[in-house]
Amino acid sequence: MRLLIPLLVLSAALFAADVTVIQNGTIHTVTKGTFKGSIVIRDGKIAEVGEKVMTPAGARVVDATGKHVIPGIIDAHTHIALDSINESSVSVSSMVSVEEMLNPESISIYRALAGGVTVCNSMHGSANAIGGQNVVFKMRWGADARGLVFDKAKPSIKMALGENPKRQGSPQGLQIPGLQSPQNLRYPGTRLGVEDVIRDAFTRARAYQREWKDYEARKARGEKALPPRRDLELEPLVEVLEGKRLVHAHCYRADEILMLLRVFDDFNIKGVTFQHVLEGYKVAREIAERGHGASTFSDWWSYKVEAYDAIPYNAAIMHRKGVLVSLNSDDAGGAELMRRLNTEAAKVMKYGGLSEDEALAMVTINPAKQLQIDQWVGSIEAGKDADLVIYDKHPLSIYAKVEKVFIDGRQYFDRDEDMSRRPKLEAEKEGLRRKLQDQQKQAMPQNRRPS
Amino acid sequence: MRKKFPATMLAALAAVLLAWLPAPAESVSWTAIRDARIVPVNGPVIEKGTVLLRNGVIAAVGAQVDVPASAWVIDGTGLTVYPGLIDAMSTWGLPQTAAAAQTASARGGQQQPQQQPPQQQAQAQQPAQARSRGPLDRPGTFSWVKAADLVQPGDARLGQARNAGFTTAAAFPRQGIVAGHGAVINLGGKTAGEMVVAPDAGLYLALRPSGYTGFPSTPMGIMAYFRQLWLDAEHYRQALALYAADPVNIPRPPYDRALEGILGAKRVLLPAADPVQMERMLKLAADLKTPAVLYGVVRGYEMAERLKQSGTPVILNVRWPTRERDADPEQRESYRELRIRDLAPTSPAALAAAGVKFAVSSDGLETPRAVLRALKQSIDRGLKREDALRALTLSAAEIFGVADRLGSVERGKIANLVVADGDLFDEKTRIRMVFIDGVRYLPEPELPQTPPGPGGRGPTSGEGEEQ
Repeated sequence: MRLLIPLLVLSAALFAADVTVIQNGTIHTVTKGTFKGSIVIRDGKIAEVGEKVMTPAGARVVDATGKHVIPGIIDAHTHIALDSINESSVSVSSMVSVEEMLNPESISIYRALAGGVTVCNSMHGSANAIGGQNVVFKMRWGADARGLVFDKAKPSIKMALGENPKRQGSPQGLQIPGLQSPQNLRYPGTRLGVEDVIRDAFTRARAYQREWKDYEARKARGEKALPPRRDLELEPLVEVLEGKRLVHAHCYRADEILMLLRVFDDFNIKGVTFQHVLEGYKVAREIAERGHGASTFSDWWSYKVEAYDAIPYNAAIMHRKGVLVSLNSDDAGGAELMRRLNTEAAKVMKYGGLSEDEALAMVTINPAKQLQIDQWVGSIEAGKDADLVIYDKHPLSIYAKVEKVFIDGRQYFDRDEDMSRRPKLEAEKEGLRRKLQDQQKQAMPQNRRPS
Repeated sequence: MRKKFPATMLAALAAVLLAWLPAPAESVSWTAIRDARIVPVNGPVIEKGTVLLRNGVIAAVGAQVDVPASAWVIDGTGLTVYPGLIDAMSTWGLPQTAAAAQTASARGGQQQPQQQPPQQQAQAQQPAQARSRGPLDRPGTFSWVKAADLVQPGDARLGQARNAGFTTAAAFPRQGIVAGHGAVINLGGKTAGEMVVAPDAGLYLALRPSGYTGFPSTPMGIMAYFRQLWLDAEHYRQALALYAADPVNIPRPPYDRALEGILGAKRVLLPAADPVQMERMLKLAADLKTPAVLYGVVRGYEMAERLKQSGTPVILNVRWPTRERDADPEQRESYRELRIRDLAPTSPAALAAAGVKFAVSSDGLETPRAVLRALKQSIDRGLKREDALRALTLSAAEIFGVADRLGSVERGKIANLVVADGDLFDEKTRIRMVFIDGVRYLPEPELPQTPPGPGGRGPTSGEGEEQ
């Protein structure tokens, strides 16, 4: 007992060291209302949220007086931090995974973080009817690739309809050096062909699934048999058929969305998120009836022919018809739109008259549900991961700036720290540049090449 | 010891007698380098000693060595003897153009309707290349190609390499993405067969789509393809085993040269310039269940601990990154780029300090001698000379499993030596001679860098293998 007391005191002190309290801010929980209060973070999780909380002794206190706290923003559709995005050579590229190409050194991660994004779904491109496997990761800037991956997220695969997957099928389409010869065109060349490729792939996946089941049955009977050849293209599609892998389907036109809905009905594929889905407002009821989701832009269109018949009310209409809607950035090169998804959300208040919570939900809890990670992230609730963003003003205002970002309770971004670090970094860089320049000048004569 | 003395004595006597007798068919040739400084690499430096060679093998090394009277004696006063240098990732001795000539083979793998002539120019004018439509087309796959079968004793670059002190190279074919099996070759010899020390240095893999069009078009696709290829090879192995056990009831699997080549790989060589690629490649190698050697490793200074922990040896590219010669003067590089350029030459020291086994390659350098100059830069940044030397000799031999025969000045090893008039890494030092399989080569006049001409001595080349 005598030993136990100091031990308890010691462990309490240790625990307190891992406690952070965000105090006296306006807390937008998204799911449980907005109020002035505090958040207790313990061991990376939200331990307590409320108007009055107990601040443990020794806890780190972050004063949020006059500031706003929201759950970390979740972007359901990006292509950031990937060294390869598009395995565009084949119409079914399900064997590839962008997770393998996740580059934790990509500056886009830090920029997204600075815009309050804590989780994103970084996806394979849309050059194929069935694309590659995607990756959901947290912006844990500084971690290695494995450390970024949000491993609780359900795996998913990309699909695409329309112009992109059929482009390489027509001679007028994308010209690739060495491929111009007609016999080298890639099927499909039409929207009809895209449907055919998808149906064919899932039919092959079913046959493959059966082949393995037959083999397992023969093995169980004690027969000697060669196992089927493992096929990395079909394995992820079998997972889709078995409900173990989500689908994100790039689409624009209403007729094609209806086509894909029928394909999913025929193969009993559920929980699909339609991406871009600019004409979703025309078929919102059909999408909602099947429980599929939609991830769209607030007011971005006309960048290609199939993206003309769009309206800024798309998100609001789909939402009102019962579709689970999120807003995304589709950022690839740099985190551009991703840094202001909060204002993208605000636009659904202007176009469609949604409430603040409904707007914020479209970049927090709704994408979390679409990625099936809402159990852990997407709102400020006790027990969830402490992924939190502190804004200096109301997060739906265009004047709002992100001040601090926490992921798993750890602070990954601080605006003041970042700004104060800059002059020192700039000086270091300039010094290094001078040093290398001098070195190279000295080395020049030896390295001269023959003319 | 004492009891055995007479027997040893007798044997020695017999040997001496045999040596003196007019040799009938097999003559013993002795060479001795006397009174030289010897750096054996596997042990302490001998300030003044003798290296005795017998029929192309090192017979004795030491301060006191009995030299047979028939030996050809070279006065080593003022000279230093090192083990022959090894370029751990090279194309020396291999044809430089034939490799890239073949296109993706037909669907089904090995059987092409018509074997394409592997001529250099044949491919360039081909109309449209057939597009690879998936893993079964075996795109860019040359796993059946063996560097040992391609060795060209007349390669003009061999003389240039010997001039810089190189006696051995691990030479790898470079076409496509599964380029073929490398070979450890000596950089001298009358025939191609004589030059080959080990034909199974490992399978060279690349992550840049080349030599075909279509699938896979990205590093991501290539990694997926490698996985499928190895799964197919494993399936093939199972099918062969099943057939061997029951050829009556089990259908005979068709012979597949691409998969045979995968099953024969002792190790794979995978590119990894930075920590991100390193993690990718370590995972890939684990999935392929094949030991890996990573090559490139530009940012080795950040990778050393992880490499040590994973037990992965590396082949360092010592062409240190520099600012592009014709770079836009207005262009401002990122802090990250500048740091890489500053720190890359410290990689060898970091790897050595962490205890990572590393060798170096001449890849991308203009001349073999530039390898030594690049390492000198690293020595100036903290690399110990003995670690630099070990990377060029014994470590390379260990990585390719030939350390029982190469890599040190040690009794029983192949007589590959460099004799220099000073420390190998000093700018003023001159290579006086090299020995390959006990045969002495004197420095040749430096080849003009362009255009290439035939080598100064040895078999006339004149085929213009240089690009």
